[in-house]
Amino acid sequence: MTPLLSVRNLRKSYGALKVTDDVSLDVASGELHAIIGPNGAGKTTLIHQLSGSLPSDSGTVHLAGEDVTDLPMVARVRRGLARSFQITSILDGFSVLENVALAVQARSGSSFRFFRPAASETALNAEAMDALGRVGLADRAARRAGSLSHGEKRQLELAVALATKARLLLLDEPLAGTGPEESAILVGLMRELKSTHTLVLIEHDMDAVFALADRMSVLVYGRVIASGAPSVVRSDPAVRAAYLGEEEAA
Amino acid sequence: MSTLVARMAAAPPRRRAVFPGAALAGLVLAALAALPVAAEAAGLPFLVVTATRMMIFGLAALSLDLVLGYGAMVSFGHAAFIGLGAYAVGILDAHGIRDLAVQAPVAAGACALFALVTGAISLRTRGVYFIMITLAFGQMAYFFMVSLAAYGGDDGLPLSGRSTLFGMRLIEGDPALFYCVLAVLTAALLVLRRVVASRFGRVLRGSRDNAVRMQAIGFSPLPYRLTAYVIAGAIAGLAGVLLANQAEFVSPAYMSWQRSGELIVMVVLGGMGTLVGPVVGAAALIALEEVLAHYSDHWRLGLGLMLVAVVLLSRGGLAGLAAKIGRRA
Ligand SMILES: Nc1ncnc2c1ncn2[C@@H]1O[C@H](COP(=O)(O)OP(=O)(O)O)[C@@H](O)[C@H]1O
Ligand SMILES: [Mg+2]
Repeated sequence: MTPLLSVRNLRKSYGALKVTDDVSLDVASGELHAIIGPNGAGKTTLIHQLSGSLPSDSGTVHLAGEDVTDLPMVARVRRGLARSFQITSILDGFSVLENVALAVQARSGSSFRFFRPAASETALNAEAMDALGRVGLADRAARRAGSLSHGEKRQLELAVALATKARLLLLDEPLAGTGPEESAILVGLMRELKSTHTLVLIEHDMDAVFALADRMSVLVYGRVIASGAPSVVRSDPAVRAAYLGEEEAA
Repeated sequence: MSTLVARMAAAPPRRRAVFPGAALAGLVLAALAALPVAAEAAGLPFLVVTATRMMIFGLAALSLDLVLGYGAMVSFGHAAFIGLGAYAVGILDAHGIRDLAVQAPVAAGACALFALVTGAISLRTRGVYFIMITLAFGQMAYFFMVSLAAYGGDDGLPLSGRSTLFGMRLIEGDPALFYCVLAVLTAALLVLRRVVASRFGRVLRGSRDNAVRMQAIGFSPLPYRLTAYVIAGAIAGLAGVLLANQAEFVSPAYMSWQRSGELIVMVVLGGMGTLVGPVVGAAALIALEEVLAHYSDHWRLGLGLMLVAVVLLSRGGLAGLAAKIGRRA
């Protein structure tokens, strides 16, 4: 079966700095593929390249067998790819519901409609409420998004990604900056998302990664130094030396 | 849960009602409707002329707010659309076409086209570059009219008289023109209020606040921004039609870059992204111009100080200030 996401020989350099160095990986439909690596390893850059917000120097990205290497982000989103951001990126001035309803709006009918108030479109609101319900934010729907706690904002980002009805979610450190309670909620959420979505998860929290990942890749200086089942990767000597060892030492 | 959805649909979040809006709007409209009669009775007919001018520039500032306040596009060439709208009237008039039924669509159409072409180019850039390129297009339009000797060039072009509507001389008198402008402004306000709350308006506002987020859910901002730019251009063109009729004269001076700057001041002074604010801002600026100019030739200095004060006191302009006071009261 063709993998949902297939990356071949992807490269990106900033001057002499190879940030993405010949990265190849496959993500099968339905699996959660974690990408770990120390700070500055190039994880966020890779997400940018996969989502289409940053052009690659060379290499290819296929989504469900289709070459999307040269497609911009918007076109990839329409083909079922959604992403979250390492640094929370929501519309602070909009209501929580509206943040999600916009993502529904993006895929249901034309947005060149000028007279009907968007906030009263019950079909959009109902779908948005479903997504909010899934991430446990239903009771926050009417709040201004900017007034949410940090953890709730991360939940909102997930709801927005869900509302795009994407098949593949790229999550860039969804637990970044969250406290233990918030992160427990988010981990529970991601476990649920696993049953309906294919996920690429970048995360620093090793407990979360080993609890969730079906497969994982380790990125160091832009290169994938190990890839496979978590139990295999965990005992890989190169990984222990380059990354997990540091973590234990720290 | 469906009841929750229904409840939220009925009461959209984040409505910052300062005053009971509809009642206040009705009051303002009634006061304005009575103005020509009251001014006549008080022996101050010039008030009608001034108020008409305020509303014409209010209409132009309102249209700029769609671009500036809702789209975060700092267009520094918006006066060009007023000028083009005015010249559409002047040039058609010179060829004996004096009816608004032709003039207004031609003006709006020409402005929409100019906005489409210049916007498609300008909107490839953002920030300072966008400001510069819209300024450049505005200046091009200005110098084009200056060099158009057949239609008065630098000296401008007098109209043969005010336009007719379906052959009737409806806006011959100043009070009649006042009501006509009031009607157009009210209609534009009501229409734009719906537009900014529509699906389109929501995408425009979202792109203003966070374009990357919008792309990540599948919207490319450009077509929406360009559409807003075209709508705003067409409405400013209508302001030009009205301005030409008030003065019975068109001139390149309408489209100078200083005029574009004043429009930005009106929007910022009144409150960006509030629609009503920029209309109030236009009225305030013109009122200040009349009052301060009476006392001193250096009235712009006073204006500058007041602008600094309003912006510092409230980022939201006069509208924001009113909201602040309204909350406190
Ligand atoms: N636009 C850029 N220009 C130059 N260097 C960059 C740029 N973006 C990222 N980098 C560098 O690329 C490396 C990888 O960054 P990033 O992808 O953010 O890593 P990670 O997400 O794994 O922490 C870092 O050394 C960073 O400084
Ligand atoms: Mg990162």
